[in-house]
Amino acid sequence: MKKLKYGYKNLITYAMVIAFWAVVQLLIATGNLSSLMKGLLVPVCYYAILAVSLNLTVGILGELSLGHAGFMCVGAFSGAFFTRCMEEAIPSVGARFFLALLIGAAVAGVFGILIGIPVLRLKGDYLAIVTLAFGEIIKNLINVMYVGRDHNGFHFSIKDTTSLGLDKETGVVLIKGAQGITGTPRAATFTIGILLLLLTLVIVLNLIHSRTGRAVMSIRDNRIAAESIGINVTKYKLLAFSVSAALAGLAGVLYAHSLSTLAATPKTFGYNMSIMILVYVVLGGLGNIRGSVVAAVILTALPELLRGLADYRMLIYAIVLIVMMLFNSSPKAIELRAVLFERLKNKKNPAKGAV
Amino acid sequence: MSFLSYLINGVSLGSIYAIIALGYTMVYGIARMLNFAHGDVIMVGAFAIFTAVSTLGLPSLAGILIAVLVCTVLGLAIETVAYRPLRGASSLAVLITAIGVSYLLQNVALLIFGSNARQFTSVVHIPNVKLAGGALSISGETIVTIASCLLIMIALTTFINRTKIGQAMLAVSEDRGAATLMGINVNKTIAVTFAIGSALAAIAGALLCSTYPSLTPYTGSMPGIKAFTAAVFGGIGSIPGALLGGIILGVVENLSKAYISSQLSDAIVFSLLILILLVRPTGILGKKIHEKV
Repeated sequence: MKKLKYGYKNLITYAMVIAFWAVVQLLIATGNLSSLMKGLLVPVCYYAILAVSLNLTVGILGELSLGHAGFMCVGAFSGAFFTRCMEEAIPSVGARFFLALLIGAAVAGVFGILIGIPVLRLKGDYLAIVTLAFGEIIKNLINVMYVGRDHNGFHFSIKDTTSLGLDKETGVVLIKGAQGITGTPRAATFTIGILLLLLTLVIVLNLIHSRTGRAVMSIRDNRIAAESIGINVTKYKLLAFSVSAALAGLAGVLYAHSLSTLAATPKTFGYNMSIMILVYVVLGGLGNIRGSVVAAVILTALPELLRGLADYRMLIYAIVLIVMMLFNSSPKAIELRAVLFERLKNKKNPAKGAV
Repeated sequence: MSFLSYLINGVSLGSIYAIIALGYTMVYGIARMLNFAHGDVIMVGAFAIFTAVSTLGLPSLAGILIAVLVCTVLGLAIETVAYRPLRGASSLAVLITAIGVSYLLQNVALLIFGSNARQFTSVVHIPNVKLAGGALSISGETIVTIASCLLIMIALTTFINRTKIGQAMLAVSEDRGAATLMGINVNKTIAVTFAIGSALAAIAGALLCSTYPSLTPYTGSMPGIKAFTAAVFGGIGSIPGALLGGIILGVVENLSKAYISSQLSDAIVFSLLILILLVRPTGILGKKIHEKV
């Protein structure tokens, strides 16, 4: 019975995503979608993937991570690097993009394990600041990395392009430090984005409702109790963390292929990005995967919808954020809502209220 | 000699981090929350001085006093409107609200002052000191920064150990429930903590922008994050820890900028933080957390 219920709930989530896709396709076909909104379609997908994957760490595993953008950055750069490298070997853009997605996710997942092993020993706010630190380190390292290629093979440097010592005829600079990677084909489309989002949802939802997922949630609810019944805490923590990192890497590859220039600026991969994704997760509801998707879609569109208000839009965004948090989480507001709800119920059903 | 000069500049930068870190560490110790908006209070303080000195033509000291006043009122207002209603809510909810407040302050500043960098006039009017026959030059800003940091540390330690409200702050940070039972007004104590932290942020803003004179609505956010790192580094909740963490961070940042790579200095600072936390999970001077079953 329970299994059926979960399956039913998951189906609603998938159906919502597909319906969203269909509505957007319909709007495009009838010409009702502004070019501004069209530009948001791919971002909506990668933000939703990022939110769902971060929810796995924050909501399901219960560990606060402020370095999610770092994993996205790793995925984006390894994916874009692969696409640029294989230009001659694999001429088909689609095939390269597909392989780049796999590679980006795998590299980000490996980074998740490498970072997770030391970091997951820490707890709460300490874990948060260390993940933030890791995100910043990754961004900084990529900003000083120069990689080029000529007939002798690859050349690395952390200084500038001239110190790569490339052959004048065959040399190509692939990663140009702070300027990043240029010339990535813009292969990401809305349909691919939606497919990746569905894939992410399938992975995360199935993970949550599996034996592994229950083990992860038991660690969140009470680590000591979970340990005492023989659950390998480190293993499950690492597993959830690295799956979350790999999915962030997937979103990163999608992101890299939606732009022709990929650079690790503070705005794209800094802690502000990680925080923005965390805002999606918290407003969507911790542990609520469908909520993450909905919050990511609405909050990505919101600043654009408010564009008519020009300079005031980010201000309004900030106020909406504060008011929503106060309304959602303040103990008094929760009490007030409960009282109102009770009254409403009694009005509808006065006989029950009298008892 | 150049090493000594980098070192002294590092201590000066570290002193600024330490003053900011005090705001983080006190609020964390007492209210158990990460006040992400603290960095932006620094920015507000710097803009208050900028307006008072450069626009209204007031003397520097009056500018600092106005900034301290503005930031204290702002800190109290933020605490009352945004954080107090969330007392008892999950720490994540408070964190997100703090992020909202941070966005709010940045965007209000953006609307008023625009995104172009403003040239901040230094509030320090002490000439440079030349030592060792002119080989070592220490700027007036450096001297004032280090001196004010020491002064603030001494004053704050005395305040906490010698006054009733300081003792109340200690009690609340130790055990909020027990403090309430002893008749301590927890809300008032937390408000005082916010007021002190915000006043210190104004001073930090003045010192920061005197040393690095470019002022934008985002000026406060990176020093804020660094100072928070310093607070965690020294052991969050501990006042000597904030001083120690701030100074170490400032020195490491400046030396790595000078000798290794200016682009990698942030990465080095953050790597050091990670290393320290792996060896001492609660920071250098942090208390060990005991786990109860």
